[in-house]
Amino acid sequence: MKNISRRGLLKTGAAAGVLAATGMPAVAMPKKGGTLRLGLAGANSSDSWDSRTHSDSYMIMCGHGAVFDTMTQVAANGELVGELAESWEATSDAKTWTFNLRKGVTFHNGKAFGADDVIESLNMHVAEGAKSAAKPIVSAITEMKKMGEHQVQMTLKAGNADFPFLLSDYHICIFPAGQVEEAIAQGIGTGMYKVESFDPGVRTLLSRVEGHYKDGKEGWFDQIEVIAINDSSARMNALMTGQVDAVNRVDFKTEPLMKANPMINIFEVTGNQHFTFPMLTNVAPYDNVKVRQALKHAVNRQEMVDKILLGHGAVANDIPIGPANQYFASDLPLNEYDPEKAKFLLKEAGMDGLSVDLSASDAAFPGAVDAAQLYQASAKAAGINLNVVQEPADGYWSNVWLKKPWCACYWSGRATEDWMFSTAYEMGVPWNDSHWENARFQELLLTARAELDTEKRRGQYHEMQAIMSTEGGTVIPMYANYVDAHSTKLTNSGTIGNVFQMDSSRLMERWWFS
Amino acid sequence: MASILRIIAQRLALGIVTLFVVSIVIFAAVNLLPGDFAQLILGQGATPEAVEAIRQDLGLDQPPITRYFQWLAGAVQGDLGNSFAQANFASFAGTDVGTGQGSVAAQIAPRFENTMFLAGVTAVIAVPISITLGVLAALYRNSAFDRTANILTLSSISSPEFFLAYILILFLAVLNPILPSLSNIYDGMELSDRFIKTLLPALTLTLVVTAHMMRMTRAAIINLLASPYIEMARLKGISPMRVIVKHALPNALAPIINVIALNLAYLITGVVVVEVVFVYPGIGQLFVDSVKIRDIPVVQACCLIFAAAYILLNLTADILSIISNPRLRHPK
Repeated sequence: MKNISRRGLLKTGAAAGVLAATGMPAVAMPKKGGTLRLGLAGANSSDSWDSRTHSDSYMIMCGHGAVFDTMTQVAANGELVGELAESWEATSDAKTWTFNLRKGVTFHNGKAFGADDVIESLNMHVAEGAKSAAKPIVSAITEMKKMGEHQVQMTLKAGNADFPFLLSDYHICIFPAGQVEEAIAQGIGTGMYKVESFDPGVRTLLSRVEGHYKDGKEGWFDQIEVIAINDSSARMNALMTGQVDAVNRVDFKTEPLMKANPMINIFEVTGNQHFTFPMLTNVAPYDNVKVRQALKHAVNRQEMVDKILLGHGAVANDIPIGPANQYFASDLPLNEYDPEKAKFLLKEAGMDGLSVDLSASDAAFPGAVDAAQLYQASAKAAGINLNVVQEPADGYWSNVWLKKPWCACYWSGRATEDWMFSTAYEMGVPWNDSHWENARFQELLLTARAELDTEKRRGQYHEMQAIMSTEGGTVIPMYANYVDAHSTKLTNSGTIGNVFQMDSSRLMERWWFS
Repeated sequence: MASILRIIAQRLALGIVTLFVVSIVIFAAVNLLPGDFAQLILGQGATPEAVEAIRQDLGLDQPPITRYFQWLAGAVQGDLGNSFAQANFASFAGTDVGTGQGSVAAQIAPRFENTMFLAGVTAVIAVPISITLGVLAALYRNSAFDRTANILTLSSISSPEFFLAYILILFLAVLNPILPSLSNIYDGMELSDRFIKTLLPALTLTLVVTAHMMRMTRAAIINLLASPYIEMARLKGISPMRVIVKHALPNALAPIINVIALNLAYLITGVVVVEVVFVYPGIGQLFVDSVKIRDIPVVQACCLIFAAAYILLNLTADILSIISNPRLRHPK
């Protein structure tokens, strides 16, 4: 499997930029026009335009990918660029951030966009009773000050160099101040596309806003019809029969059939999504670092990528940071499958053999039970007796994950290292699924968070990843690719974002009909 | 006539009792399933505190019997409540539950309409075809035509629905792109578009229900052909077609109506697989989604609709058989 590194992506992105700047003809000039029809999985009858509740691909794409804008966005080449914020700067302690907002932007109902909208939209996440997933981001802000109609200053509790990155989160869409309820009911944002009709869990019709600030740069389709197709064979069928122009989450089993169709292109990127086997590092025998290392060398990672993901993924090295992260340490020595080394490590731990239970269910990730059985087979050669316990899918996250000493789990990854680590690997946080506590790791986590010097940060995150890879309590054998498909009528700039599926869920803005 | 009215009243009263029992069974069954709404909706985020918070918001922390009677009290007043998904969404966003949009009734109504449309289109195609096929099969019984019709309809009823659906998609949408494979109908669509989009699922369902109705028509008619009055008609010298349509068919109507009613009920309640394959926004998909997240108010409402469909269609069938049979119409 080809590993698409962030650096490689940056290079191609930069090359495209140079081409555009020198006025040389690019591969294809974007063209306006046409109705895009998308068939998307991840729709629910309880969907709404309240971006605080967005959690699945359908609303993530329609929300921040079309109808609404966020302060910042991650460009297809991985670079952080402004969306509603034009520029930003921080004080040297990374505590106070000043954002200059874009001028001349209007909401779909005609209201002009300004500082008040930003402040009120962010406050939505910390409102009384609201349970937004972006609450930890916004509650880190102690003060928001309107410095002018188009300037906002935010002061944080503690320095955070990633703060502008966090504001690209799809939950933090900007709503019109004073009209939030109306905006949620009708879908009124500042995005490239406005809502014509919205039937939750069934269908959404969008049309391009005339005179938009992104005109000429993005947003080429006249109209977009987004059809909810949760069933994967129905979705593949719809693309094969030309009922839709693009679909997300390609079914790996039918992928060869689709590849054979000359009218269809499969597009695939390796992002941060990874499948894991966390052990509770404070429970015997996993409290012994040698045992953890033995288990890391007892799994055949390549075999898992080949058999569980059918090749649609990449080998991971027990770190939750992926190719879509800024400081991904791709040069660490890989924990390779080595039964002899595993045996040796167990002997060092004073053990003759090892007998452990691994709890798994396909609720953890598709193919988790099969993956556990592969693990069982590969561990046998190392003298480890790995017993696979099949757990019921219902209530897996409540009764098994975080409870059983060793189980299967998945993470979609986070846009920044700090966000990922502080969600699942910081001392004492509720989702620390390996009960991971390491003094040096914890110290680095806090220093790196406020470090504005990119090179210093790179070193700190590199060391943290090295610690996790050698000592951490989570076996992370693979990254799972985002695999989507489109008709050959559609085309794009050649650089596809890997933060999320469907060109980081911004296909509607970035693609066009050739 | 008075007796018919009495029968209707009796059956409706019994129907209400049946609905009551159904609601208890469903409520108990959903509660027996592992996991509840709070755990399933939170998924990976199901920390004990979050689960507890949602349970409290939705009243799931109360004992099941209390919850059932609260639901029943609302239901007898015509209020089916709010779906858990909507109620949870509202508390998630820190707003009040919308009384209009979020209610179960508002959620189900458009889906139910779509389901009825699909059932209607299917019935309009399937019923005339099956009865005609049945009559012809009885007329030319044991001929090559009879056997072919039997083999075809029996093999289609024996195949799983999704298989029939894919076969039709393969031949009518992929190899010969005549019909759309996606039946994503929506409000405000032209009736003709709606009809074309509904055609493939309707044809699939036609294949599923035809055999049953056709075989019953054929059997009921053949059964009568041995009766003395048919013998008499034949001896008068009228044509075999006339014998069947004029003399045998009216007397065979009761069992045929019964089997049609059963199949119509199936078209309303049992088409979830076809809905999923064709992405048809009917009530079946809503029902399955709700069971998956244990959204009891929606599950209850769907089940009541399904049960009511069976009760009403059976009642209609019985009344029609009484009306079609003079001996029952004028009991001594």
